[in-house]
Amino acid sequence: MLDVRCWMFAVVTAIQPEAGEAKGLTLEKLHYSRCPTNLKMLSNDHIKQKLVEKFNEQVTAFEEPYGMLTFEAPKEINLKVLNFLYDDEELKFRFLTDLCAVHFPDLKGKELAVVYHLHNLQDNVRIRFKVFTGVDKPDVYTATGLFSSANWMERETYDFFGINFVGHPNLKRILNVDEMDYFPLRKQYPLEDQSRVDKDDEMFGRGGSDGFGTEKTDHGTLVEAEKHNDDENII
Amino acid sequence: MSEQHIKLPEGSIEKTTTTLNLGPTHPATHGVMQNILELDGERIVSTEQTVGYIHRAFEKIAERRPLYQITPLTDRLNYCSSPINNMGWHLTCEKLLGVKTPKRVDYLRIIIMELARISDHLICNSIVGVDSGAYTGFLYVMQYRELIYEVYEEICGSRLTTNIGRIGGFERNFNDIAFQKIQKFLDEYPAVLKEFERLFNRNRIFMERTIGVGPISAERAMNYGFTGPNLRAAGVDYDIRIHTPYSSYEDFEFDIPVGSTGDCYDRFLVRNQEMWQSLRIIEQAFRKVQEFKGAEAEIYHADVPEYYLPPKQDVYTKMEALIWHFKIIMGEIDMPPGEVYNSVEGGNGELGFYLVSDGGRSPYRLHFRRPCFIYYQAYEELVKGSMLSDAIIVMSSLNLIAGEMDA
Repeated sequence: MLDVRCWMFAVVTAIQPEAGEAKGLTLEKLHYSRCPTNLKMLSNDHIKQKLVEKFNEQVTAFEEPYGMLTFEAPKEINLKVLNFLYDDEELKFRFLTDLCAVHFPDLKGKELAVVYHLHNLQDNVRIRFKVFTGVDKPDVYTATGLFSSANWMERETYDFFGINFVGHPNLKRILNVDEMDYFPLRKQYPLEDQSRVDKDDEMFGRGGSDGFGTEKTDHGTLVEAEKHNDDENII
Repeated sequence: MSEQHIKLPEGSIEKTTTTLNLGPTHPATHGVMQNILELDGERIVSTEQTVGYIHRAFEKIAERRPLYQITPLTDRLNYCSSPINNMGWHLTCEKLLGVKTPKRVDYLRIIIMELARISDHLICNSIVGVDSGAYTGFLYVMQYRELIYEVYEEICGSRLTTNIGRIGGFERNFNDIAFQKIQKFLDEYPAVLKEFERLFNRNRIFMERTIGVGPISAERAMNYGFTGPNLRAAGVDYDIRIHTPYSSYEDFEFDIPVGSTGDCYDRFLVRNQEMWQSLRIIEQAFRKVQEFKGAEAEIYHADVPEYYLPPKQDVYTKMEALIWHFKIIMGEIDMPPGEVYNSVEGGNGELGFYLVSDGGRSPYRLHFRRPCFIYYQAYEELVKGSMLSDAIIVMSSLNLIAGEMDA
């Protein structure tokens, strides 16, 4: 056995048959000398059709930015959608590429978006799936039961956005210190010292002095109102 | 002595296992990360990994920076192959902005990316050797990594954190010395790699130390989000260069080595074999670059004045260049709104960039999909029940880079 293995690597161009069949994997044998352009058999329209058949009006906002199918669903059914995408014989989205969140403070009631990037390795199709949740009660069901990789990605998302993944086995901070009492990637926590006018949002193509980052926070930033008060005192 | 001066944790006297802190600053962890191992004798009962010691909030910083200032942040992710990170970031921006790069730029990029892949795998594999007690391989190949760094130096001026390239291409054309150095590397390196393989591949001690250590099945590896050489060592033939070709990888001929057991030995062999394939790609790209003649041979960036900074001498002498320079630096050029996910085959897996733009000058949200952050979770499953010394070797064979893990 040992003698064989060393030489195997010189010529392997595709998946080892015993590795695939014994473990129930269904990756086809691919030829690597040229790009498999015919690999994409699952079209975005077909995925959309299957999702709409299954979930009717609950899946919404279908888009295809830069070719990747993107859609939304209510947060209550996020596991149902993920399970359907995983188990369906045609869809087979069994690889969780990425899980992160985005904060939209202006969307009232759905401030936080959890974004899943899923990949069907067999047909080589990627999709993006979003669920929105309010910032007051940011509870979303965990995907750790389906994907072991979701464990740390959800911890990271909790760490930065405070999304409470219901059912997560070990939901605690991962990159920041445990003592931290806020969620730093939310938009109300400005990056720079707000008393510096040269770093105003206006310089970055959006907002202005009344945009993001000027709200009052507990962490020692100067807000506009306080600045005016100082001026009055001097006069 | 009735009074206890040292307060021990509850139940620690009765405990039959030993708790051992491996890291955060331990020479064997090759980076700032902590592993709390629970040992029964020398057998590992459980582990708990702690990461985040060098977290630098890149995702937050990126929200206040224009695109070209984010490139230096990507350097510091996987710093063993920072050119790949830089290129991945530029490719993401180009996808968002709709920039088409000329073929010559693509080929030059591929040369640099594959050199970076070789230097990354070289470090990882020689460190696996060091952790199994073979120091020679490490010392021997380091001088050839130096050749790669000299190539970087010719092209961008720096060695480790390269900040190489710009949106649309490179900041300057490759000079003759750079091509000579690449040629020198191509001439000398195969013999070195052969020697390196001779040192390890059939080495009895090395094989005993790595075969069957830290194995993972293909199914578990996919469930854990493994990508790159670690996934391929487990038997899944997923490579982004093939599946979603970027930067004209479709013009090249190369094989994807695939393992079967996903243990340390397979990971080592897959990386070694990938270095051979990278050499093949560089040779092809080198030939293709030489074929460009006349004006085409001078192209090193796309014609996108909105995003590509003009050369300094033009800024001082030409009106148009001055205007573009001013517009780029003062931030008068907004990005189109939209969201884009783009990934490249990094040194240790799929390096992805999820960029959300609201039309401002800086990203509204930028998320890095860091491969080793995702697959490091599997560490407990890989080492449970094995010996303490195996824990070290598994860690180094996974190619964990603290800078990437903590972002």
